[in-house]
Amino acid sequence: MADFFQTLIATIAVGSLYALVALGYTLVYGILKFINFAHSDIFVLGAWTTFAGSTVFLTKFGYEPEQSPWWLGVCVLLLAIFVCGLTGYLIERFAYRPLRKAPRLNVLITAIGVSLLLQNVGQLPGLALVRGPERVVTKPADQLTDREKSTNPEIAGDTATIREPGEALATLPFGSSPKRAPTILPDAVLNETVVASGTSKGGAKRGVIVLDQAIELVPDRGYRLEIARTIDGQPRRESLNLAVEPGKYEAGVELATQPRRNPADLDGARYTLVRDPLVPIRLLDVLIVASSLVLMAGLQVLVFRTKLGSAMRAVSFNVDTASLMGINVNFVISFTFVLGTALAAAAAFLYAMKYPSLQQPASGVWVLLGLKAFVAAVVGGIGNVRGAVLGGFLIAGIEFFGARYISTELRDVYVFGLLIVVLLVRPNGLLGSAVREKV
Amino acid sequence: MSAAHTDDNPAKLAEQHIRPNTGDGPVMLQVSDLHMAYGAIRALHGVDLTVRQGQIVTLIGCNGAGKSTTLRSISGMCKPQRGKITLEGREILGLPSHAMVRLGMAHSPEGRGIFANLTVEENLELGAFARRDKSGIAADRERALTLFPRVRERMKQMAGTLSGGEQQMLAMARALMARPRLLLLDEPSLGLAPQIVQTIFKIIREINAAGTTVLLVEQNAHMALNIAHFGYVLEVGRIVMARPAKELAASDEVRKAYLGGH
Ligand SMILES: Nc1ncnc2c1ncn2[C@@H]1O[C@H](COP(=O)(O)OP(=O)(O)O)[C@@H](O)[C@H]1O
Ligand SMILES: [Mg+2]
Repeated sequence: MADFFQTLIATIAVGSLYALVALGYTLVYGILKFINFAHSDIFVLGAWTTFAGSTVFLTKFGYEPEQSPWWLGVCVLLLAIFVCGLTGYLIERFAYRPLRKAPRLNVLITAIGVSLLLQNVGQLPGLALVRGPERVVTKPADQLTDREKSTNPEIAGDTATIREPGEALATLPFGSSPKRAPTILPDAVLNETVVASGTSKGGAKRGVIVLDQAIELVPDRGYRLEIARTIDGQPRRESLNLAVEPGKYEAGVELATQPRRNPADLDGARYTLVRDPLVPIRLLDVLIVASSLVLMAGLQVLVFRTKLGSAMRAVSFNVDTASLMGINVNFVISFTFVLGTALAAAAAFLYAMKYPSLQQPASGVWVLLGLKAFVAAVVGGIGNVRGAVLGGFLIAGIEFFGARYISTELRDVYVFGLLIVVLLVRPNGLLGSAVREKV
Repeated sequence: MSAAHTDDNPAKLAEQHIRPNTGDGPVMLQVSDLHMAYGAIRALHGVDLTVRQGQIVTLIGCNGAGKSTTLRSISGMCKPQRGKITLEGREILGLPSHAMVRLGMAHSPEGRGIFANLTVEENLELGAFARRDKSGIAADRERALTLFPRVRERMKQMAGTLSGGEQQMLAMARALMARPRLLLLDEPSLGLAPQIVQTIFKIIREINAAGTTVLLVEQNAHMALNIAHFGYVLEVGRIVMARPAKELAASDEVRKAYLGGH
């Protein structure tokens, strides 16, 4: 049961990311009737911009990721949206617009070209945006190698000091090695239970707390001790794991913590004993789902309740007639492109928070990810906004439940299997119909 | 009639057939020497026409004569290679269509141009896309719906589910939402039952009586000449006759070629 709900949570979190990316495919298809193959590369750009932006900020201002101010996430998200939106605008303006009247196949091939271009530019060795601390080496002056001599070492008497620039932490473009994005959104398990809290009394041994109340530890659940101490006048918090059997413990009993190299003296420390939930609900997942839902609801309102949305749907139906209404078609198309890329950027930001190990920009992992989002759009009915959302959750569902209950190796097979089945049964996708309600 | 151009005395014959549109009103639209080709296919070979303020001017001609191309050139939907178009004295050739709407021109295209994926109401509101005056839009919407009560009954329906006649009414109501000073109508009677055609023409007259100038393209020459002030006959990309509508309706050539008379 717990497994089921855990899989369900993963489905909802990742499904909302698929849905956001699928919306970009569907918006562009709805208006221009071609698959923007560069869309997944925009997603990659968003993820790497998130990495670069937060790394630059944290390094420049000397923050640890955990201490980053709450607004940093918002700023990095806006940065990713800006960078991706601008790139999307330029792609449409200079690659696709000149081909507006050309056969769709030409545009499709151009889209593949743009995709390859982005991938290859993305993995170029870049210029350093920020560097780690400078490396200073001191050695006897007569032992300098030729290379070291060429870096202008400072020589005082017979010792030389060599200063080397620090390692490039973030570059532009992004280079060809994987990186780890700092987690700048808050994360915690929301539904933990506090079993007991109090002050550890007496006890001479290090790494041991002495209960000031009776507790019961049930089997098959994880427990954690949150310790708050004061060291040299500085408050200090840490988290320790218990190393005791389940059962009942009276007040005054000693509880050992997992052995460490240098266990702390916990006498007089404030402790909080926390039980892990059966199905942990993480704040990060809640943030991901909440922000995706806000974006999707916003898009829904934009497309179906505003004048600009009517204009988008009109352009999607017939460009010429739309312009007779006084609609600036070029503006609407650019806007739609920027909108789609902005959604991909938001998805990429959230993705980089959840899965911070970023593969290099041209990695096949990204291609597969983009392909799944594209499948989501097709399954839902390409061109249909609600279909893209439905498709996103369906694809994630079949992928995660299949991986959990059948076999992990086949997770991509389920996705493409679903695509084939849907296309056989409903060639226009689940919500696509002959009388199209397209954007 | 095309023989008129190769006749011994073309000047005399041309004078007989082509007269300037001299009316009281100031010139609303002036088209001169318009040439338009779709790639190698030449559709217009120097079209001249004048529409005066307050008039209904009709452009009649057979299928493929270039009537729609003329309207599309005027509203900026296609780019003529040569010629001059002025709207109320202002050069408009080369402007994009969405800019024309702001200059007071509305074009209801051939085939009605209904957005089937939008509701009737959304279609109607798109007609006022370029406008910002809320109260004016509301007033025009009321006026349009009074002219076309059938449209009012269908507001929440998808426009694609309307019948042909209803779609035509919606297209015209939508064009009125722009509060145009010049309304271009391309074959509003095409494919409609005779009774609905009557209604449509009656409403065109009412729209005109309320102050909107109309350039009406029609294959139904009889009905068009009946309500128009001035008429032009287009044949393979050239204006071959231009006269007050009554005279045109009475002329032998037109009766033979377009009114089914013998
Ligand atoms: N989009 C187009 N591409 C190529 N030729 C066209 C196009 N539209 C119209 N034509 C040609 O231009 C000529 C005039 O067409 P049109 O203006 O539609 O005539 P009408 O409205 O009088 O029936 C015709 O010969 C037609 O085949
Ligand atoms: Mg026509």
